[in-house]
Amino acid sequence: MASGVKPRVKVPGSVTPGEVITLKTLISHDMESGQRKDKDGNLIPRSIINRFTCDFEGENVIDVTMEPAISTNPYFEFDAKVPGAGTFTFTWYDDDGDVYTIDKAVKAG
Amino acid sequence: MNFTRRETLGLGLAAGAAAVFLPYRAFAATSADRIAAFTGGAAIGSAGVTLTAPEIAENGNTVPISVDAPGATEILVLAMGNPSPDVATFKFGPLAGSQVASTRIRLAGTQDVVAIAKMADGSFAQASSTVKVTIGGCGG
Repeated sequence: MASGVKPRVKVPGSVTPGEVITLKTLISHDMESGQRKDKDGNLIPRSIINRFTCDFEGENVIDVTMEPAISTNPYFEFDAKVPGAGTFTFTWYDDDGDVYTIDKAVKAG
Repeated sequence: MNFTRRETLGLGLAAGAAAVFLPYRAFAATSADRIAAFTGGAAIGSAGVTLTAPEIAENGNTVPISVDAPGATEILVLAMGNPSPDVATFKFGPLAGSQVASTRIRLAGTQDVVAIAKMADGSFAQASSTVKVTIGGCGG
């Protein structure tokens, strides 16, 4: 499923260098588990986001391997240490090969 | 070789019982294998990792969980009673502010959720929590 996928992230606009901030991310995605059957009894094939990563200026913050047991519209909340101004890159990898990315810049101060 | 009626009944019962217990054994084996693959067979301690999960989840489709393991490099989350026990693996990079992560998971029914943390020094710690699920979240 590649339609209607909309990634959203919540990042503070400005930070004090060295501060630990909480990031929240959500992506709208069906996360079809491959266990469900349609009304004719056929198995609906698996289609999920299998990996999520968050980087800050090329340095990794978190790398999550996801399995079908992650709920529809995968949500993650985690902490990052920000050394200064820069850009967060959030990346989601879909089973069908699609990659969704969001960049969020933070200011120091 | 002649079976009496009584013997035949007994055999049937035994076969039925074996068939009922087989699927459960299959699950248990896969989750044990998964843990062994992650730890490489190393001993697992119990201190240093916290798994926060609700005691009762009304809807197994979205069960909020949170893992916290100060000093961990990796945390593996398993749902022991799901058709496939894997849930997620969190790897923390150099810029992780703390080794804490929250997400929402699917649970097929009442079961144990297990978090295994791999510490920076190579040791392992495990925490588990039983979640009662009123409506399962795996379809079918």
